[in-house]
Amino acid sequence: MRPRRGSTILGAGQIGFAGRFRAPRLRPLVYQFVLAAALGVVAWYLVSTAAQNLLDLGVAAGFGFLSREAGFAIGETTLLSYSAADTYLRAIAVGFLNTLRVATLAILFATLLGVAIGLARLSANWLLAKGAAGYVELLRNVPLVVQLFFWYSVITEILPAPADAMRPVPGVFLSNRGVVFPMLELTAPDRWLFALAAGVVVLAVLWIGRSLRLPEIARRQSLAGAATLATAAGGALLLLLATRKSIKLDYPVFGGFDFAGGGSLSPEFTALFLGLTLYTAAFIAEIVRAGILSVDRGQFEAGYSLGLTERQVMRFIVLPQALRLIVPPVTSQYLNCTKNSSLAVAIGYPDLVSVANTTINQTGQAIEGLAIIMIVYLSISLAISAAMNAYNRRVVLRGNSR
Amino acid sequence: MKNGANHATRAKAVLRRLRLRLFSSWPSAITTLTILYLGWKTVPPLVNWAVVQAAWSPDQAALCRQLIGRGACWAFIADKYRFILFGTFPADEHWRPALVIALLLGLYGISIMRAVRWPLLGALWLAGLSLIAALMWGGVFGLSYVENERWGGLTLTLLLATFGLALAFPLAILLALARRSELPLVRWVTVAYIEVIRGVPLISVLFMASVMLPLFLPPGVSIDKLLRAQLAMILFAAAYLAEVVRGGLQAVPAGQEEAAQALGLGYWQRTYYVILPQALRIAIPPLVNTFIGFFKDTSLVVIIGLFDFLTTIKVSLSEPAWTGFGIEAYIFAAFGYFLFCYPMSRYSQRLESRTAPAGRLDFSGVN
Repeated sequence: MRPRRGSTILGAGQIGFAGRFRAPRLRPLVYQFVLAAALGVVAWYLVSTAAQNLLDLGVAAGFGFLSREAGFAIGETTLLSYSAADTYLRAIAVGFLNTLRVATLAILFATLLGVAIGLARLSANWLLAKGAAGYVELLRNVPLVVQLFFWYSVITEILPAPADAMRPVPGVFLSNRGVVFPMLELTAPDRWLFALAAGVVVLAVLWIGRSLRLPEIARRQSLAGAATLATAAGGALLLLLATRKSIKLDYPVFGGFDFAGGGSLSPEFTALFLGLTLYTAAFIAEIVRAGILSVDRGQFEAGYSLGLTERQVMRFIVLPQALRLIVPPVTSQYLNCTKNSSLAVAIGYPDLVSVANTTINQTGQAIEGLAIIMIVYLSISLAISAAMNAYNRRVVLRGNSR
Repeated sequence: MKNGANHATRAKAVLRRLRLRLFSSWPSAITTLTILYLGWKTVPPLVNWAVVQAAWSPDQAALCRQLIGRGACWAFIADKYRFILFGTFPADEHWRPALVIALLLGLYGISIMRAVRWPLLGALWLAGLSLIAALMWGGVFGLSYVENERWGGLTLTLLLATFGLALAFPLAILLALARRSELPLVRWVTVAYIEVIRGVPLISVLFMASVMLPLFLPPGVSIDKLLRAQLAMILFAAAYLAEVVRGGLQAVPAGQEEAAQALGLGYWQRTYYVILPQALRIAIPPLVNTFIGFFKDTSLVVIIGLFDFLTTIKVSLSEPAWTGFGIEAYIFAAFGYFLFCYPMSRYSQRLESRTAPAGRLDFSGVN
């Protein structure tokens, strides 16, 4: 700890009020008391003004409105069903799930694309490296909203009407109404069986990933166990698909005005997903590149002189060191990506912010609506922020305590 | 003879370099050929669409309709450029926002010059910003008064970004210092402020300013929409900048503070003369990155309906003559933002390579 401010040479005789004020114990307390009092007064003033204003407007403060009927439709829903007759609470929950859906998918694909582009920037192939650099510079230096508007225009202006939709792959249709594709049609009990089998497959994959990190001797046995599990689950899944008559692939069919059946992605979702993914990938690419570059050249050389192959040097020497630098900023990019998904409101995808905004406009409950938005985003962010700060405490220069 | 031999060796060297860079191995050669093929398939049609077949003159709205799918409609931009640059500022006063744009560019330029330094730089900015305010509002020096509802276009984007950063920066320094304060209450309040602002999307802060703030003002008092948005952007930017400044403060070795203390300097003297000059110099590259992020973020005011660069373009699209040319419009918008952001990012990269070891990461988390 540094010596406290004010702990200067103070003769014992000169303690008047000013002397006491300078005394190391008292002054900080006075400052903090003044700050607390000022904050209290401001808060009290704001709350009382707002209460009076709300009274004048005839808006009842509080979250009671959440159980009232929303009365507006939501274009697309994830997991939860929703109709205009449902409550505001359900509407906001649907918005929240929509946010999670687009953010999760965008994060997943942005990571894959970002790592690929980051590595491409380091490629020995000049064209590939320059192309990747061009991608990063272009995408990073244009606001995301502009990119979203652009992709939305591309979908609604360039793509044909549903009647002459493009068919890049049989069964998949691209039109100005979005993307339509075949999907498994499952009835309720099958859906659970299916989810269970898929869950076991994921578990097995994770197990394989873990066992790869084990030492040579233990690895074999662990891998064998995981492989058995994966085969069993995969087999069960296939059996389920093959034998149950109720499970079939639902192909979209064009009928008159629009498509029926299959799964679909709205133009809004597609534009938002595309924009977020491409934008976030540019940032992740830069982080990956910088992380790998930050590993000392000597580390590569030492690896090669040990007789390791290029792959082994990457896997065992460079990546572990680079990851230490890559993980924290990538985490913060994930956070940014989630926050950026709120730009959905600009192109009309019903995410949390968009639904809450409609709610505010209809009910006048601005404070509550914004409180909901902020609490939801804060709970996502604070978790990540806490982890980041814990990490920062470890990387900060020694001898600098804060 | 000798010359010819020289040419031959040079040609050989070029060939060798090409082989090394493009055809060093089978995968590399395949990559090169794939990229060349894709380029050959996409670039000529794009150039054909964007340049050869395009309509350029502002009176070609009808031609644009016929060209859909074959040629770009830049006529749209040519027709609306004044609105996109100046918003609805009175037409015969357009020289004022034009001069403002020039002044702002001048201020940016001066700030990059190494010869112009703090106090002088601060004084120039203060003078420049005052002059800009006078030019925009008018009401002095015989200029007619223009209410700020009529400001718009690129001018407004630059004003929002510049005033936002100019006012957020001092606030950010105070926040960063407060976050390192020894007084727990000061620290907690600052941490709470910074983390809350950084944890929520900008759009929610803008909504707060546009729909919630009026509820907290006493009846009869109102702040207009532009100032509310500007206020929100300042508060938002300050939180992000504060974290970057804190990074700079952290990088100053503790011995500096102790040495200054040993010299008998008080807290503010230590901070002003010893700590901040070093901390800010370290923080310049990430600060510039934050500036870029903030400049891009000004485009979000499109959602609360302020007439910035992007909004004027979007609104122009809704005119019957120009509906359906979104792609051209947003390519132009992207080009406009790129023109400002790219040089800034090059500048920051140059600074970074000059001051920091290669590959240092920016932890500010700004995009």
